[in-house]
Amino acid sequence: MAGLKLTYDIPSAEDDFTRAGEASGSVKKKLRQIGYSPEAIRKVSIAMYEGEINVAIHAGGGEAQVEISSDCVTMKLIDHGPGIPDVEKAMQEGWSTAPEAVRNLGFGAGMGLPNMKKYTDSMDIETEVGKGTTITMVVKA
Amino acid sequence: MTVTDLAEQLNLKPLAGMGGAQNDVLTCYAGDLLSWVMGRAKEGSVWLTVMGNVNAIAVATLADCACIVLTENAPLDEDARQRAELQNVPVLSTDLNAFEMSVKIAGLL
Repeated sequence: MAGLKLTYDIPSAEDDFTRAGEASGSVKKKLRQIGYSPEAIRKVSIAMYEGEINVAIHAGGGEAQVEISSDCVTMKLIDHGPGIPDVEKAMQEGWSTAPEAVRNLGFGAGMGLPNMKKYTDSMDIETEVGKGTTITMVVKA
Repeated sequence: MTVTDLAEQLNLKPLAGMGGAQNDVLTCYAGDLLSWVMGRAKEGSVWLTVMGNVNAIAVATLADCACIVLTENAPLDEDARQRAELQNVPVLSTDLNAFEMSVKIAGLL
């Protein structure tokens, strides 16, 4: 099967946080139509939603590029935000730099990146302070 | 057991999204931190929370929760109600707290 390529705009949490989850919801729907296994769909949904939320909260928005093939889903989250100064720390469960306003909505558990790693078969983080972050995640079918 | 059965047996008040009333209830999870719940709640969970915002509906959808039960009469935001209707995520309400609700659900599962 030729890869299906999808691109989504992720708005900043400050502009429109109600749209957070639209991209992951849309990908989930597509995977269901294609007939991916429920387990793979769940993994993609969780990892992608966490990624979307991170981009919305921490980077002022960005873009998600998703490629679906017969054997895997590749999700690339691209932002031009502040970058992650200490990736090791950011990967620790419970570590969060989320602002108070989004904590009040139930975010900021410090589980975003750990969940993304937990629910994907591979995750690669390219980040540069002051320039932005690109995270590439793969979930096998 | 379906969400409808659960609602009837525990006297839960349906608030929105009852298009998903036939969802199978398999287990239960309680928590208010969205990413925590997202990463740990199992498929088919009744999710007990006080978070009645639109992001909670997204989490319930993506994590394949059977339904959300807002404990202690926690309010459901209007935009969350609309999203729940659109996505058929059942949202129910109880005046019990998460512990009391969990005990009751445990007796049914």
